Amino acid sequence: MKRALPILAVLVVLLAAIAVANPFFLEPAGFLAFLKRAAPLVILAAGQYFVIVSGEFDLSVGSLVTAEVVIAARLIDGDESATWPVIALLIVIGLLVGLVNGVVTTKLRVPSFIVTLGMLLILSGAVFLWTGGAPRGALSEGFRVFGRGGLGPVPWSVLILLAVGAAAIWLMRADFGKTLMATGDNERAAALSGVRVDRAKIFAFMLSGLAAAVAAILLGGFAGVSAQVGQGLEFSAITAVVLGGVVLGGGRGSVLAAMAGAFTLEALFTLLNLYGISGALEFTVQGVIIIAAVAAGAIRLPWKFTPRKGDAHAAS
Amino acid sequence: MPRHKAAVAVFSALVLAGCTTDKPTTATQPAAPAASASQSAQSAGTGTQSKFFVQADFDAQLAMRSQTPEGPSDKPWEQAIAPQMTDTAKYKKDGPYHLCFSNAAVNNPWRQVGWKTMQAEVGLHKEIEKFTALDAEGKDDKQISDIAELQAKGCDALIISPNTTATLTPAVTAACGKVPVIVFDRGVETDCPVTFIKPIGGYAFGADAAEFLVEKVPAGGKVLALRILPGVDVLETRWSAAKVVFDKSKVQVVGVEFTDGDAAKTKSIVSDYIQRHGKIDGVWMDAGATAVAAIEAFEDAGLPVPPINGEDQQDFLQKWKDANLTAVAPTYPTYQWRTPIIAALKILKGEEVPKMWNLPQPKVTSENLATYLKPNMPPLHYALCGCEDLPGFPETWGGKKG
Repeated sequence: MKRALPILAVLVVLLAAIAVANPFFLEPAGFLAFLKRAAPLVILAAGQYFVIVSGEFDLSVGSLVTAEVVIAARLIDGDESATWPVIALLIVIGLLVGLVNGVVTTKLRVPSFIVTLGMLLILSGAVFLWTGGAPRGALSEGFRVFGRGGLGPVPWSVLILLAVGAAAIWLMRADFGKTLMATGDNERAAALSGVRVDRAKIFAFMLSGLAAAVAAILLGGFAGVSAQVGQGLEFSAITAVVLGGVVLGGGRGSVLAAMAGAFTLEALFTLLNLYGISGALEFTVQGVIIIAAVAAGAIRLPWKFTPRKGDAHAAS
Repeated sequence: MPRHKAAVAVFSALVLAGCTTDKPTTATQPAAPAASASQSAQSAGTGTQSKFFVQADFDAQLAMRSQTPEGPSDKPWEQAIAPQMTDTAKYKKDGPYHLCFSNAAVNNPWRQVGWKTMQAEVGLHKEIEKFTALDAEGKDDKQISDIAELQAKGCDALIISPNTTATLTPAVTAACGKVPVIVFDRGVETDCPVTFIKPIGGYAFGADAAEFLVEKVPAGGKVLALRILPGVDVLETRWSAAKVVFDKSKVQVVGVEFTDGDAAKTKSIVSDYIQRHGKIDGVWMDAGATAVAAIEAFEDAGLPVPPINGEDQQDFLQKWKDANLTAVAPTYPTYQWRTPIIAALKILKGEEVPKMWNLPQPKVTSENLATYLKPNMPPLHYALCGCEDLPGFPETWGGKKG
């Protein structure tokens, strides 16, 4: 909780700024609409957190989301009875992609940056080949209800988000979380003290794949089938995690802060949109955040050595 | 003293000039929601006119809408509006023919439907011995090398659907010297091709939609305009025509937003506007692919769907019928993909063709919706494919028989 404090403060400021520009935001319906929109990114950020805290990256989540939505539309093709089997299949595909990412990273010793970048290209290429650039088929109403509908006034996506968030926090408090953290902090030390490092990392990748599957179900439900649905989501998820103060390279940061980072990013986008600033700027904002957050993290670590450098700068 | 006075005059003129050039910029980029609201109360809220806007083309296209095209009325892809015929005797040769096609891309449903239609059209003609097509995958540089490659393949005629206008012009000009060239869909900045085939165009599309909204939305009503992205001529013309129509009307354009053609983004933007304004009385779109997402934003907010325009895409037409919407669908017909093949054969047989082949560009209205809606076709199919009589329909286009 203590680690999540700075980002929560930023989040509160942004939410207040949105409320000033758009008072409707303070009403339950307005706020729930925001949560609903943020849910897929927050879930992806939770998944990405597990991978990043273990010292790796997952760049494949965006194209995995796209692939899942396109596959769902093609297989369901408007047929209600296919809804549940396809949802089960999507989750299996998510876990499977995570498993492949994890196994290649740990057993074949290929850097995860390369593995998941390759997976991104493989998935987006496969989707393009399969669809020829435009998706076919349609999602059923039963599938779309998770992204569109709700239990009374509360959207399903918000309930799913709560469940995923609780599960993520519980996982990090359990033994798994401690081993994962140790793995990311110092892989060799963790291995020597009996942690099955590879297994922890593979599991983290599978969680990220699972998160992508859930996010795909929510996003596909929200707006229907589209071949651009996952575009850039991997960067948004990584930005969110970094914004939450989780250190790239692993070993530090809380999952709550990572999810708060995703909320903050979504709030920032909402605010930019409210003030009529072009959506094209979203990438720029994300880029600045990633660089700034990592730079800030690098300055803090060798704190004892920095005053001298700082003095030199001030003098020159 | 006079010199001083002159200086003052010059200075104040400069200041005034500065003021007048500043004004449009502030109107297009509202600093805050409050500011944009007050500004749009004064003006129509449509911002400055696009630099792509050409008044003469606009007038010509709007006039073409009411002209009767020449040619068989049951085959609009063979029709032409006010054609100026050009002689092709010098290209006459005996068959069989080898036709070549440099395609900009097949990266959206519109181009996919068109591409399938073109291939089916090729299949109709026995005199086409060989059809070589290269897909530039949306890249100018690839298309430039594709065009060069095709020239070396002994094509009897070269069909080009340019990826962008300016960049492809030199490549097209070079090809013109060696082989009869047929350009369609997007244009090039040279008149060297034997014929340029296109529907009436973007101005007519944008105006058709905007005129419908102006008619259906009550005076003072709030209209939201959704565009895919700025800077593309075929889309800029659609919006600039709509702007002209809206500026003359009593409706108020509360926002002009870019959706990137993304359904989720479209839905979020529309939801935001519904929240901010309480009510939106009309939605104008420069393309129909995300129209259903925009409609869903109203449905999910529990509001009636206001007058809206889409395109002739199946999912929109279906929604239109099911929800009994107040809607219109201007089109950019995919049947134009049949015409280049027909034109190429005419040219090689020495028959004259229109220099500017303007195809009719019908719009779907509630009166003729039933004729265009085909429930067995997939959601992203374009109704004006002109492909119903082609072999392989409907399966090749992803439809079901029956």
